[in-house]
Amino acid sequence: MKVRIKFKKFGEMKFIGHLDVMRYFQKAFRRAEFDSEYTKGYNPHQVMSFASPLGLGLTSDGEYMDIGLISGQSPEIMVKRINEVMADGFQVIGYHILKEPGENEKNVTAMSLVSSSDYLISLKDSYSLGAKISSREDFCETFLEFINSPEIMINKKTKKSEKLVDIKPMVTLVAFDEIEYKDKLKSALSDVTHRIDNNQSYFADTESVADIYDNDIKVYLQLDTGSVSNLKPELVMEAFSSYINIDYNPHAWQVHRLEMYTRDDKTKKLISLDKLEK
Amino acid sequence: MRKLALSDEILLSVEKPARYIGGEINMQRKDPKAVDIRFCMCFPDVYEIGMSHLGIQILYDILNRREDTYCERVYSPWVDLDKLMREQNIPLFALESQDPVKDFDFLGITLQYEMCYTNILQILELSGIPIYSKDRTDEDPIVIGGGPCSYNPEPIADFFDFFYIGEGETAYNDILDLYKECKKSGKSRREFLELVAGIEGMYVPALYDVEYNDDNTIKSIAKNNDLAPDKVKKQAEMNLSEAFYPTNPIVPYLQVTQDRVVLEIQRGCIRGCRFCQAGMIYRPTRERDIDYLKKCAYEMLKSTGHEEISLSSLSSSDYSNLEELVYFLIDEFGSKGINISLPSLRIDAFSLDVMSKVQDVRKSSLTFAPEAGSQRLRDVINKGLSEEEILSGATAAFNSGWNRVKLYFMMGLPTETEEDIEGIAILTDKIAREYYDIPKEQRQGKVSVVASTSFFVPKPFTPFQWCRMDTPKEYLEKQKYLRSKINEQLNRKSIKYNWHEAELSELEGVLARGDRRLSKVIYDAYKSGCLYDSWGEHFNYEKWLKAFEDNHISMEFYNSRERKEDEIFPWDFIDVGVSKAFLLREYKRAKDVKVTPNCRELCYNCGAKSFGGGVCFLAEGGN
Repeated sequence: MKVRIKFKKFGEMKFIGHLDVMRYFQKAFRRAEFDSEYTKGYNPHQVMSFASPLGLGLTSDGEYMDIGLISGQSPEIMVKRINEVMADGFQVIGYHILKEPGENEKNVTAMSLVSSSDYLISLKDSYSLGAKISSREDFCETFLEFINSPEIMINKKTKKSEKLVDIKPMVTLVAFDEIEYKDKLKSALSDVTHRIDNNQSYFADTESVADIYDNDIKVYLQLDTGSVSNLKPELVMEAFSSYINIDYNPHAWQVHRLEMYTRDDKTKKLISLDKLEK
Repeated sequence: MRKLALSDEILLSVEKPARYIGGEINMQRKDPKAVDIRFCMCFPDVYEIGMSHLGIQILYDILNRREDTYCERVYSPWVDLDKLMREQNIPLFALESQDPVKDFDFLGITLQYEMCYTNILQILELSGIPIYSKDRTDEDPIVIGGGPCSYNPEPIADFFDFFYIGEGETAYNDILDLYKECKKSGKSRREFLELVAGIEGMYVPALYDVEYNDDNTIKSIAKNNDLAPDKVKKQAEMNLSEAFYPTNPIVPYLQVTQDRVVLEIQRGCIRGCRFCQAGMIYRPTRERDIDYLKKCAYEMLKSTGHEEISLSSLSSSDYSNLEELVYFLIDEFGSKGINISLPSLRIDAFSLDVMSKVQDVRKSSLTFAPEAGSQRLRDVINKGLSEEEILSGATAAFNSGWNRVKLYFMMGLPTETEEDIEGIAILTDKIAREYYDIPKEQRQGKVSVVASTSFFVPKPFTPFQWCRMDTPKEYLEKQKYLRSKINEQLNRKSIKYNWHEAELSELEGVLARGDRRLSKVIYDAYKSGCLYDSWGEHFNYEKWLKAFEDNHISMEFYNSRERKEDEIFPWDFIDVGVSKAFLLREYKRAKDVKVTPNCRELCYNCGAKSFGGGVCFLAEGGN
């Protein structure tokens, strides 16, 4: 069976890169004695795939991976077992047994599903945004001006080439506080309600692990994520820095991922990855 | 949550920040304020190397079993962080508490290879601890050295308060108890060091004076304090099957060199290869009980979640219950996706069967270490491996589907002639010929034979400690000669030849058999920018040459002369069990091309029997 795991990554674990996170979870599943499915061959490894790698330095409330298990206990017990062997900075908050694919159907991986992510981007204390922006109000006003420009052209570097891209269409939500964010999010989300079946799923209701800074300068962004269209939050902040004529300092911002979504083909609305059956 | 010593900005601007944050699975967490003794254990190389070392894991476990002690870890900051720490005056910190190393009671440094010596000075300097022992005060940690290079600690004697000679299991508790007592009664650093010298195995360099002859050889080594012993006796743990094995080792986030469970099956080696220091200093050979090892394997795999387990020892094929242990591991864990990785085994029916079970034959290669190209020279070094064994092993392997072979040789061994060097090329070619003797339809494509040569470096406490070592120029000529001989072979196209850098080996030779006068050279080399010398890309030969020149010390004195039989060596004050008389007998037998049987066949009275256990009391031929 395929199981979708949702986890948080926070604190000092933000310094652990994606490949090391994969290795970390492989070892964690062994410590928790999960009955993992292995690939065949002389170097078998656990069947595991991540929705979208999280960059070094980022924290998250909503990371996803799909794993293969041969057997298991109830989702709640499985979450308890894995959390007993976690390091500080990793916490599993969801466990959902995916619906078996029908005949002639393949498993749909989290990676192929993801199309959007929400981020909270906060200015770390002791960093400044130049003389013109000294307060939260200044920031909100300037950022709105920036994001409302007719187009936001950036130089997007790929392995092969560099090209000018308009990133504006890839930004689908902007908010400056939690209430505004939740409000806007509601209208973007599909209203499918998830049937919680304790034998299939367990989701812990937990508080956000995002770091909070005294200066309160922050922005919520929803950005395209995935193979079709992908925009890193760092690129938006780099474009913003050049908009306000300051040097971009990648260390000034703490980027925190809040959630990942897939876009429903028919309604064009978003569904978070933990509210999907497959 | 712990507060990290480095800012986000620094951590995100250096390579692999996970090297510096600690917080790994199975890391010990204690309240530093609630303990009496804070001990920082250091491996003076980068995290991924240091974390792969078993010895530190064992000591970490032993020290942290004490409620009154918190043992933490520190490794060399990589060059990127080194630069930032110097620019911003950030003191070096321990991974667990992230507290400055300078605030600790002890800094214990493991000395695994000579080329880490400049990194020791980096650790001291970045910690803000005076580099020279004589400049330290009661405010500074006590700096301890241990590990294989402490069997000749003299080149770095000036930097250490004391050396622990031997295996850490035996005396650390006594040292810490003594320290606590001294602290309570308000004794000074000097008083503590004098008392520590009274614990068997401890060497406090400041309590000894060395006098030199006019020709720079040593005239005498004498203690200058009644509390110090004349001879420092190596420590050996004689009971390896009880407690003291860390069944919950730390699991790094980064991919380290040993990213697996390591099971030490025995200590010491019965073989007695005459170039091998480990084979002498870890005598007598002691095995761990097989049931104990099985239990450890279970517990360690469970507590770490590693997907691989590896056996560790100097010569695994000599472990009495190897077959039972290996088949147990395969049966018990193989089906659970655990890789069984085998250290270099003698190639025979058993090892080929095991290897075909645990690895993909097409992708793996077989390794032989003949060490020398001719039978004569293999007899000189007492390497009990005949050409027939090598060739029949290779044939058996080829018949089982292997087509890749790796061969390890040393160049510059005592009594070596051009014929011996040519022998490397001939033996390598013979192995390839064995392959092509197999009918074509049964072969798996082409054969690939990789021959590697390293340069022989004479080490203290080996029968070759008296030997002259070749100069880099001589080495390079030999290398060229071998290259040309390989090119003359029939199967030259199937042979790949790799070699080591000669300059690095030259320096290793000097530091291995050096004396106290080298401390200043190491200091100057470090101050001129030498660091991470064991990493080829960072090794700067010119800077080292200048440091030697500035101090009017010649490398030739240490490397390029045959020592007299009665010369006093800098390490003669250490009693490793194996006697100097035995080593000399062995050296003479080497020159007479006489092979000495291994410890199980016949006891040659090396002296290690004085430890009262191990193979000495099991050997049939023992007397």
